Amino acid sequence: MPSTTQALPAPGSRGPDIAFKWVAVLAAAMIVVLIVLVGWQLYYGSRLSLAKYGVGFLWSSEWDPVADKYGALPFIFGTLVSSLIALLIAVPLGVATALFLTELAPIRVRQPIIMAIEMLAAVPSVIFGLWGIFVLIPWLRDHLFIWLKRYLGFLPLFQGPIYGVSMLAAGIIIAIMILPIITSISREILRSVPNLQREAAYALGATRWEVLKIAVLSYARRGLFGAAILGLGRAMGETMAVTMVIGNRPQISASLFAPGYTLASVVANEFTEATTELYLSSLFEIGLVLLAVAILVNVAAQVLLKSMTGSGPIKVN
Amino acid sequence: MLPIKSKWLALLGALSALGAASASAQMLINGAGATFPFPIYSKWFNEYTKVDPSVRFNYQSIGSGGGQKQILSETVDFGASDGPMSDDNLAKAPRTLWHFPTVAGADVITYNIPGDAKLKIDGPTIAGIFLGKIVKWNDPAIAGQNPDTKLPDADIVVVHRSDGSGTTYIFTDYLSHVSPEWKEKVGKGTSVSWPSGIGGKGNEGVSGQVKQVPGSIGYVELVYAKQNKLPYADVKNSSGNYITPSIESVTEALATAEIPDDFRFSMVNPPGAQAYPISGTTWLLVYAEQKDHAKGEKLVQFLKWAYSAGEKLAPGLDYAPLPDALVKRALEKVQAIKY
Repeated sequence: MPSTTQALPAPGSRGPDIAFKWVAVLAAAMIVVLIVLVGWQLYYGSRLSLAKYGVGFLWSSEWDPVADKYGALPFIFGTLVSSLIALLIAVPLGVATALFLTELAPIRVRQPIIMAIEMLAAVPSVIFGLWGIFVLIPWLRDHLFIWLKRYLGFLPLFQGPIYGVSMLAAGIIIAIMILPIITSISREILRSVPNLQREAAYALGATRWEVLKIAVLSYARRGLFGAAILGLGRAMGETMAVTMVIGNRPQISASLFAPGYTLASVVANEFTEATTELYLSSLFEIGLVLLAVAILVNVAAQVLLKSMTGSGPIKVN
Repeated sequence: MLPIKSKWLALLGALSALGAASASAQMLINGAGATFPFPIYSKWFNEYTKVDPSVRFNYQSIGSGGGQKQILSETVDFGASDGPMSDDNLAKAPRTLWHFPTVAGADVITYNIPGDAKLKIDGPTIAGIFLGKIVKWNDPAIAGQNPDTKLPDADIVVVHRSDGSGTTYIFTDYLSHVSPEWKEKVGKGTSVSWPSGIGGKGNEGVSGQVKQVPGSIGYVELVYAKQNKLPYADVKNSSGNYITPSIESVTEALATAEIPDDFRFSMVNPPGAQAYPISGTTWLLVYAEQKDHAKGEKLVQFLKWAYSAGEKLAPGLDYAPLPDALVKRALEKVQAIKY
């Protein structure tokens, strides 16, 4: 009680400043506490599986609830590959859209396009999944995949039977889902590039493309990289839509036409009906692995970011 | 300033206490578990409030795994499960825990082949397909059973459930009964390690894939297949007859299945001549000795109602009611619950 009365503002004092500072510190601390608690809970839940399998859990490919044997490798593979495909599609598309919106588009069309992109972010995951099953996948199966197989079939990536549901379909769905965040952040980054940069480039006689390349993109690349990393974080956690289109088969295949499985999907699929202790514990460990993979990828990204040269807006995440 | 604040707090506290008091006038009985019987259970609990307005049931369909866990830790008053509890799990119960079968359902084999062909199929062939050994629609094993149907020279695409489910339990239980190879290599469970095929989430995921992928075959609940007008196969039963899945043929399966006294039974592949072989039941999990006298009494009254009036509501929601002989046995056990 006494401490709250002390914190109460007297008119004209520094009370509000101090109160605000502590509210902000508390809010920031909450995030750290939350992450630690989540991590601890996942660790606590997976003790049984950790004790039984140790690190072997990470490279065992067996997932057999009947025999009570569990391993995470196909799921780790699926999460990384599907997220990577998503990034390969979404980053160029997102950055290009952001460039168009900040540098090229007439002012009149900017706002409608921005609104459309933001609406994309508001579509629920399950809707993307249903759209994936009934619209995207039949089209991919009957057109894009056939085309890829015909012209790029010499690559192991595009071989084998075509079911429609596949790692590639999941990657495409995730790409659509992370496009809004990558575009929005890229747009903010590009907008923060000082006009002086552009004017200087023009003054040197650069064409429009050269201005974008030299003055804008190279100035903003660290920020854009950060945007991609935020997108990657989203991609690895996508669950519902991915589960609906990836085919849910725990296997490691070179072909992108083959079904796969992700860490998040297996938890969503099997958690409710897991009856044995070890089974449940292994699902907790899958969650722990997902958290660890996400943290590792972020750390790796930070290291990469540090090694990149360039001025410009740096801190995105 | 402070006194005013504390007055408000006191008022708030009094209000919330009042709320709690008025809520406890109607007794709340909590249950959790299986998703497959959720529609019929909701209907039951809803109807039962008209029979006995003093009690309200709150059922969370969180899945059989959760249902078993919660009743074992006694955080709910009853549990529900689509598969019988394993001996290991049952041993963890603090007191005797009983299984009460409520309604039955069936898995149907749905498929996507050109033309409106009605497929006939037997157990070993289904096992062969799901093991990935029969890979073409015109394989002699399938064609031999369907001489009147023109089957294409197309690849079979197997679609199974990716989420853990009672539907998968019934299906793999059946395959384990009819195929020694399945039993040895895969076994039965709410999730298994599938030798082939792609996984769809939920009945809608499987039927969505089957509708979309030419040449595919999968299994879904009878209820779901009927409501969505999916094609489904007649399956050969142990008497050698091809049976169309229906409420009657499932009840027939229940009537001829061998049912032990603890009610933890599997009703797949029963001997009845008109019995559909891929069917299973779902259970409520109730302690033989109820801790809370008042709640126990209400729960027993409800179970008695469920086995009489409740069962009659089942066919309306496409569930198979229990045959009379089994209802009688279940009621005897309900009588034995102590509270």
